[in-house]
Amino acid sequence: MKRPLILLGFASLLSGCSAQWGWYVVNPASPTGMTNLQFLLSGLYYTVLLSLTAISISVVTGLLVALPGLSDNRYLRSFNRVYVELVRAVPILVLILWVYYGLPQLTSLTISVFWAGVIALALSDSAFQAEIFRAGIQSINKGQYEAAHSVSLSYPDTMRFVILPQAIRRILPALGNQLVYMLKMSSLVSVIGMQELTRKANELVVTEYRPLEVYTVLVLEYLALILIVSAAVRWLERRMQTDERN
Amino acid sequence: MISTSAQPVIRMEGVSKFFGSFQALKDVSLNVNSGDRVVVCGPSGSGKSTLIRCINRLEKHESGSIIVDGVTLSDSRESLNAIRAKVGMVFQQFNLFPHLTVLENLTLGPVRARNTGKTEAAELAMRYLERVRIPEQAEKYPRQLSGGQQQRVAIARSLCMEPQIMLFDEPTSALDPEMINEVLEVMAELAASGMTMICVTHEMGFARRVADKMVFMDHGEIVEMSPPEKFFSTPESQRCQDFLQKILHH
Ligand SMILES: Nc1ncnc2c1ncn2[C@@H]1O[C@H](COP(=O)(O)OP(=O)(O)OP(=O)(O)O)[C@@H](O)[C@H]1O
Ligand SMILES: [Mg+2]
Repeated sequence: MKRPLILLGFASLLSGCSAQWGWYVVNPASPTGMTNLQFLLSGLYYTVLLSLTAISISVVTGLLVALPGLSDNRYLRSFNRVYVELVRAVPILVLILWVYYGLPQLTSLTISVFWAGVIALALSDSAFQAEIFRAGIQSINKGQYEAAHSVSLSYPDTMRFVILPQAIRRILPALGNQLVYMLKMSSLVSVIGMQELTRKANELVVTEYRPLEVYTVLVLEYLALILIVSAAVRWLERRMQTDERN
Repeated sequence: MISTSAQPVIRMEGVSKFFGSFQALKDVSLNVNSGDRVVVCGPSGSGKSTLIRCINRLEKHESGSIIVDGVTLSDSRESLNAIRAKVGMVFQQFNLFPHLTVLENLTLGPVRARNTGKTEAAELAMRYLERVRIPEQAEKYPRQLSGGQQQRVAIARSLCMEPQIMLFDEPTSALDPEMINEVLEVMAELAASGMTMICVTHEMGFARRVADKMVFMDHGEIVEMSPPEKFFSTPESQRCQDFLQKILHH
């Protein structure tokens, strides 16, 4: 329980500055404050689950969209361009609303809030992933393809064992950025009622009328989450770099 | 040493290759018999790399025909696979897979493309690493090796596919002078074992010692083709004489 303690320190520091603060709403020392804090933190589960599910799907989709973009075939390349330009042009919030309210009308399928959020976030992110993968794959020296060719590797094997492992090491920082971006964008799914961090904060604000304190806690929640993710990505980069560079 | 058979193992006839409107190979014909050691030389941009890259289809020729051990090179998948299985290639820049260990570099082809078992592939790899005299480097990554060692790994990687023909594209040009000999030594041993080889190189000492056919190219054409004794003592064309003059006197 280190976090509430830090928050408490932070709170007492700020409470002296202005009469506007009312930290009691999230004061872990008081029973209601503690309940409120737990309520806010309980959104963490869906924020993380939503973001990780969406980014897993968008990485795979992005790769599948990137590959035709590298083809010699003009039509495959235009498929890549059209997909990227189209998807990139739609604001994420609009995509979320469209998938949640629009798509069921089109397909007569009801879609859960969670999956609507995942689909919208993944779709939107996949266009960026496609560009990242394309650049990463293009940065690999042509000699690697030629060497793979000369030891008889098929195209899928060349990609899987030679090109992608090197490309992924190079794009790891960009993938890390996308995950951070995804964690932040997942807050938009609160508008369709996903019980993630932002939604929880909104609900608490409505009952407690303390937006300043509640949203400050929300900011700190995202900050902590993203610092942890950044550290994890940097650790992964270092680990992978130990066996790179020619 | 294997005696040369009557049927050439590589048969190029009237091969032309264009890059856009630029003609890199002009109506080139070349026969290579099994066990032949051909050394190709010529000024920069003369089409040496293009010539040998057409043989394993890293480049597609536009006209003429290339037949390698009975297989006519074409766009068909079967011919492509057959050619790649028969022909190994060593590059100027080594082109090792930097994210894989030496051993993994050697076993990837056999395991994925020839369905060799992992242990069997590793044994094969160790055999060839011993042949290029660096078995102790098996677990290292390419960047941890010297240039000469890297190129020997690249040769071993090619040999692991057990090709019938080996192509070398300036294998020592990217090396520091003190490392050139260790690579040439390995290549000379390979030649002595009867491997059919085409080497693009300007190492004329090596050529004299190993080649049984010299090819001189200029402007996309084979200008001169003769046994090394004749090639070095009495080259016929002026262009070849000039080239040899330049390269031997420095
Ligand atoms: N991919 C390509 N696109 C366009 N032109 C090319 C390409 N590859 C080679 N060329 C041109 O074809 C000609 C022959 O090139 P090639 O690489 O075969 O020469 P080379 O004899 O191997 O020269 P070097 O000794 O410099 O390696 C050169 O003029 C080169 O500029
Ligand atoms: Mg060349």
